[in-house]
Amino acid sequence: MSATLEEILAQALQELAAVNDLIELDKVRVNYLGKKGLFTLQMKELGNLDPEQRRSVGQVINQVKDQFQQQLEAKKDQLTADELSARLASESIDVSLPGRGQATGRLHPVTTTLRRISKIFASVGFTVVEGPEIEDDYHNFEALNIPAHHPARAMHDTFYFDAHTVLRTHTSPVQIRTMESEKPPLKVIAPGRVYRCDSDITHTPMFHQVEGFLVDTDVSFADLKGVVYEFLRAFFEKDIQVRFRPSYFPFTEPSAEVDIECVMCNGEGCRVCSHTGWLEVMGCGMIHPEVFKAVNIDSEQYTGFAFGMGVERLAMLRYGINDLRLFFENDLKFLEQFN
Amino acid sequence: MQISEAWLRSYVNPDVNTETLVEQLTMAGLEVDSVEPAAADFSGVVVGQVISMEQHPDADRLRVCQVNVGAEAPLQIVCGASNVRVGLKIPAALCGAVLPGDFKIKKSKLRGQESFGMLCSEKELGLVAEAHGLMELADDAPVGVDIREYLSLNDTIIEVDLTPNRADCLSIEGLAREVALLNKLDWSTTVVDAVEIGHSETLTVTVKAPEACPRYLGRLINGVNAQAITPLWMQERLRRSGIRSLGPLVDVTNYVLLELGQPLHVFDTAKLTGGITVRYANVDESLTLLNNEVIKLDPQSLVIADDKQALALAGVMGGSDSAVSDVTQSVFLECAFFSPLAIAGKARNYGLHTDSSHRFERGVDAQLQTRAIERATQLIVQIAGGVVGEISEVTSTEHLPVKTAVLLRRHKIEQSLAVKLADEQIKDILQRLGMQLLDHAEGWQVIPPSFRFDISIEADLIEEIARVFGYNNLPSSNLFMRSELSQVTETRLEIDRVKDLLVDRGYQEAITYSFVDAEIQNVVAPNVEPISLKNPISSELAVMRTTLWCGLLKVALYNTNRQQTRVRLFETGLRFIKVNAEIQQQKMLAGLLLGDVYHDQWAEKSRKIDFYDVKADLEAIFDLAGCDVSFSKAEQLTLHPGQTAKILAADGVEMGWMGMLHPQIEKALGFDQQVFLFELDQNYLLNKIVPRFTALSKYPSVKRDLALIVNESVSANDIMGVIKNSAEPTLQDIIIIFDVYRGKGIEPGNKSIALSLILQDDTQTLTEFEIDGIVNRLLTILANELNAKLRD
Repeated sequence: MSATLEEILAQALQELAAVNDLIELDKVRVNYLGKKGLFTLQMKELGNLDPEQRRSVGQVINQVKDQFQQQLEAKKDQLTADELSARLASESIDVSLPGRGQATGRLHPVTTTLRRISKIFASVGFTVVEGPEIEDDYHNFEALNIPAHHPARAMHDTFYFDAHTVLRTHTSPVQIRTMESEKPPLKVIAPGRVYRCDSDITHTPMFHQVEGFLVDTDVSFADLKGVVYEFLRAFFEKDIQVRFRPSYFPFTEPSAEVDIECVMCNGEGCRVCSHTGWLEVMGCGMIHPEVFKAVNIDSEQYTGFAFGMGVERLAMLRYGINDLRLFFENDLKFLEQFN
Repeated sequence: MQISEAWLRSYVNPDVNTETLVEQLTMAGLEVDSVEPAAADFSGVVVGQVISMEQHPDADRLRVCQVNVGAEAPLQIVCGASNVRVGLKIPAALCGAVLPGDFKIKKSKLRGQESFGMLCSEKELGLVAEAHGLMELADDAPVGVDIREYLSLNDTIIEVDLTPNRADCLSIEGLAREVALLNKLDWSTTVVDAVEIGHSETLTVTVKAPEACPRYLGRLINGVNAQAITPLWMQERLRRSGIRSLGPLVDVTNYVLLELGQPLHVFDTAKLTGGITVRYANVDESLTLLNNEVIKLDPQSLVIADDKQALALAGVMGGSDSAVSDVTQSVFLECAFFSPLAIAGKARNYGLHTDSSHRFERGVDAQLQTRAIERATQLIVQIAGGVVGEISEVTSTEHLPVKTAVLLRRHKIEQSLAVKLADEQIKDILQRLGMQLLDHAEGWQVIPPSFRFDISIEADLIEEIARVFGYNNLPSSNLFMRSELSQVTETRLEIDRVKDLLVDRGYQEAITYSFVDAEIQNVVAPNVEPISLKNPISSELAVMRTTLWCGLLKVALYNTNRQQTRVRLFETGLRFIKVNAEIQQQKMLAGLLLGDVYHDQWAEKSRKIDFYDVKADLEAIFDLAGCDVSFSKAEQLTLHPGQTAKILAADGVEMGWMGMLHPQIEKALGFDQQVFLFELDQNYLLNKIVPRFTALSKYPSVKRDLALIVNESVSANDIMGVIKNSAEPTLQDIIIIFDVYRGKGIEPGNKSIALSLILQDDTQTLTEFEIDGIVNRLLTILANELNAKLRD
């Protein structure tokens, strides 16, 4: 009897050792511990023995069964672990391969620059206003104190449709249109496309400007200087040197050109700044009384300043772009560089 | 304007170096564009004189010269120039001299003859780009003196880029005035003594347009030697201002123009008939200009005429018929004041721009003419000799510019510049600028000088004070920022959000010119008449785009020609169309796609982009604003007739188009693959509806799939429309088409479309019985309206 039991155990352990997966393992379990399993049958046979024997034999069977059960559990743990590591090994991938699907595009660097400019001014309450690009002579010139035959018109190289209709040469007409329809105080920036009949290595017939202006009681030249300083420092993210040079625009007085220390050479002098250490970045001034007169704003009560800057110029300085024409060729290899 | 620094310093010589001087000018609003040496760097060249000359024994073209260079013994120098001759004074480079380009002069042998230096041309000294023969110096040139010293070559040429308001600085005297002001130095103008009158001949001067020519002065100078040599100092000053020497008579007028800012003109008296008349041009009158260009005069042009014909375009350019030449013996010297308005724009109308028109249209000092004509007379007589006649003057005082006093108020200065300046400081600045001041309770009455055309209002004076005080010395405020809360509107979607969405979906933003090639425009939009520019820069940029597709197609071609096989672009901007003769400028958003859906990659099988890929992008855009649109099959000439959708806004208004570029246009433009396009009107696109919350149902939703057989002519849109219009309350918004089937089991001309209906009730769980009822109701409607049958 006990020999048989030992034989069963030996056989069971042998089968267990041969098992390679959990399904086989379960078959072995059923074979020995199931309702009709060999150990179960042994236990059932106990009923034929007298109580004394039943007890001692039962103990032996239970010991053997426990022994098998432990081995079985150990085998199960081992197989589960093996299976998991096999799965992990089989599911291992090359994480260096690129991800799949659609790649993202890019905004045009002019747009990115315009957004930064707008954001800087919006943070102190300037609102963005747009205007037409085909403009009438009155808004582009007359109302800005540039009458017909004014020498300043020669500086503008205007595209004409007819004697009274032009492609706007600057974003300043938006200043007029805004002041015609709204009353001070005004804090506005006007970004957009402008056009000049000029095309060479440093000029494209279309480019972008941002016009800004502020009208209120008691606005002074000092306020203009403050705004321009702060803007340029915010734009270049640098405590940059700025200087104001007297200049002339028919629609502002006093007028100034604003130079910044050359961002390419830090003011040392290089090709970009023509070895002067300075770069001209914007024009500005106090709004001319004639301009106020044209829009029926009392220049005794209100004063204001206006400024205008070339967006491509700022983008070139910011990103180190060396050829203006690249902006409008739209070569994907160029556009893809500006994330 | 370009000037010699030494000439400027002969008027006022501040104790500052060139760099500082230039900085002063720039920071005073007279922007210096460039600073160049008057001559290239060279040394060791002196004035020499050829004292004897022999033919070189072994070279036909060489001469062996003995040259006096001021040393004890003459030097032997071999020379090949054709104009070398005994007695000639020339620049002689000695042994050890270094000429421009680091060219070192050494003792040498030329075909066996020793040479101890080199005789130089102007080119070899770097003074001009081209020269023929040796530079010939004046007979009185001092032998042995360094040529740099003799020609004053240690000088700088300063180019000042003047703004249109500063005509007063278009002369040496004008700039001297500014330099004196900035350095607080005294200076004085050139003293001109009247030349003695030697004959009594005059020409009658008649001014028929006094408003255009308020002052005209002229005089005859007889017996001039037009072949006299202009002195070297004058030639050099002219050269440094970029003006070529053209003989003494013209040189003098140019010199006075530079010196005083007054344009003058000389006529050859022998070529004049009768008196001088200043008048407007006659109809059909023409004039041959000095540059030999024949212009047809417009009757609004002011001319100087004699009794026979127009002689000169007043204030712009003289005519060739009356021009002086090297045989001229008598001149009529003209010195006038033309009012800026009479000259402005005239030169430009004829495509001209001259030193004279540049000054007259900006404003010449109306008080300058007498001094200028005397100065020119003095110089002509000095150089070319001649006997001087009386000045004929016609002045119309009432038409001369009047300088009225401008009130300058202290408080306005302070308000404008945010600084309080002492009265003394203000007065000092204005007086140095040549202004007359009269005290006034609030400040001063200021009378500007006659040369300042740009001063007429208070702001002009404040600018002058600021400019001289120094913009950089003025205060800067700590941000004038009176803040208010800004509006954040929710009924309008920002175009930036749409741009970001497209970028995230793999589009690249392009910015193209708003004017395009008329031919491409005509191919892309054949039925639309574009708006043409009157003066386009080229035929490629001649008409305003009526669709953004013109630019995008060009960019796509540019890139496919550069090995790009996959292009996804968008652009925002205006299109320009004429509606009932009125120009409309509409903000559009357009896109172009070609090539594969995905860029080449290892993990995704790619395929060509198709209509529905593009549509998905547009649906994503519309979803941003919650824009209720419909795509309806339509045709337009640019697009493939079978793959074109017109996009309609909720109110049925056309708001855009999308589709495949018509294969014929695709081919005509040079593409080798399908191109997809869309264009949307931003105006409709960006209308956003503020979301309204609807309560969530607590009861489960159910999904019912239906496969419907319909005629091919029935679109998915039709089916969805009918279902939506059924107003079935339990029907949720979502109707998904998951299959379109044609073929076996479906009669030809028909198709099967399968959809899912999601049903949900707010108050109860729907029973099977109720669901069947709903589905059957919908099927009945579909059958009635679209003849749709349920597929078995």
